[in-house]
Amino acid sequence: MNTLSRRSFLKRGAGAAIGGLLPLSLVEVAFADKRRNFTFAYISDSHIQHIKGNQFVRNWDRGLIRAVAETNLMDPKPDFVMYGGDLAQLGTKAELDHGLELLGALRPHTRFVMGEHDYYLDLGEYWSKLLGPQYYSFDHKGVHFVVLNSILTYDKWINKWSTPEERMNVMAGLDNPLGSPFMVGAKQRAWLKQDLAKVSKDTPVVVFSHSPLQKIYKGWNFWTEDAEQVQALLKPFKQVTVFYGHVHQIQYNQIGNISFYSAMATAWPWPYPATYNQKPSHLPKLTVEMNRADPFFERDATGWQFIDVWSGRATVHYSLPENTPRTVAYNPKTRRPEDTRYQKKRIPPQKHY
Amino acid sequence: MKRTTILLSALLLAAPAAADEFTEADLKRWQAEFQTVVKRGRAAFTDPKLGSNGVVCAQCHPNAANTHPETYPKFQKQLGRVAELWEMVNWCIQNPLEGEPLAADDPRMIALQAYINWERRGAKLAPGKH
Ligand SMILES: [Fe+2]
Ligand SMILES: [Fe+2]
Repeated sequence: MNTLSRRSFLKRGAGAAIGGLLPLSLVEVAFADKRRNFTFAYISDSHIQHIKGNQFVRNWDRGLIRAVAETNLMDPKPDFVMYGGDLAQLGTKAELDHGLELLGALRPHTRFVMGEHDYYLDLGEYWSKLLGPQYYSFDHKGVHFVVLNSILTYDKWINKWSTPEERMNVMAGLDNPLGSPFMVGAKQRAWLKQDLAKVSKDTPVVVFSHSPLQKIYKGWNFWTEDAEQVQALLKPFKQVTVFYGHVHQIQYNQIGNISFYSAMATAWPWPYPATYNQKPSHLPKLTVEMNRADPFFERDATGWQFIDVWSGRATVHYSLPENTPRTVAYNPKTRRPEDTRYQKKRIPPQKHY
Repeated sequence: MKRTTILLSALLLAAPAAADEFTEADLKRWQAEFQTVVKRGRAAFTDPKLGSNGVVCAQCHPNAANTHPETYPKFQKQLGRVAELWEMVNWCIQNPLEGEPLAADDPRMIALQAYINWERRGAKLAPGKH
């Protein structure tokens, strides 16, 4: 394991200017067969929000612009970028167009995951017109990648609203009790089964979903209704990693053979479910929480991540603008993701006041 | 003088009815009044018109989480003084919501605080805590 200074990951020159904003250090894990190691960037939950005319909420724009600028400075260049969903706030054409325009500055090739904020206005129609299929797979340097649309829900719920706007508004409220639980659904699970049938069990599998493919807190849809059924399809593989957005905070977990890592949002951070004291939360015990955000600094506790994939396992670097950056890596000894710094001595726990 | 006498006798006459115990009807009515304001608070908390840019309080504070009303009043280093919850609510209205601050006794401000406190009921008072 080598600890490199952040500068080696920044293009010379440009790095000097923006270096202070970037992670203090990052960890590269070296393996015998280095050809299989690679990095990719993972940006999520920008919630681009249209006000009127050509006005968009400045705060959310800034978060995405910053993530794009920093991703472009990564050296070595990431092989590709994954966008984790919730590009828009209310799923409008104006928001998706504006979000994609900002993402257009990214140099590496970008792939997309569907978020509920992109979907529930027109059920993904405009998104698909711009970005293509809502679930798909691809192979990269010996890793099989799968992208799922995990934010589907019951037809009965979808059809009960008088207008698409009403439906979108309800689903956009994280804590709205009139919302509906997310799911991958039978059709996509059948597709996934078929897709995985042709993949050897030794091949590392990496899955992207927007909602966690595990059940954390139903009240805020930190939840996928058919999570166990999807996990069962992934069970035969030796190395499985799931990346998800939606939760706007650092989470990680290990369930059987599956390692889970979440993404932070570029827009705003969410409190951990335990801070809502009226309901029990089931945040994975493994997760060392991120510090609470300073409300006076609008980018605090927002960020993006870059990921080293080594021997089919991942190391996730969380870039936090004001708090200390975090690195969560799969530990082959304990067989689970762990914070490389805080796992044993958990972060001096700020109690979310 | 005459007025005082009338008032006094009115009070004396009313005394047996105004016993020490609250009646069921009283409690119900007061609770209903309070819950009406809590509901108004939730409406304001999710109202895109509270600020100017469509952003709502609940966007960052689902179920009013991480508002920690039990810690106010407390010192806010960014303001350089001890502040009350309503001042922080206004901070949010002016910054992330890019709107105009509300007066401390604006019914919407009272409703917002009723809702925030209701969602946090049961938390131990911890004034000044960070
Ligand atoms: Fe989101
Ligand atoms: Fe989401």
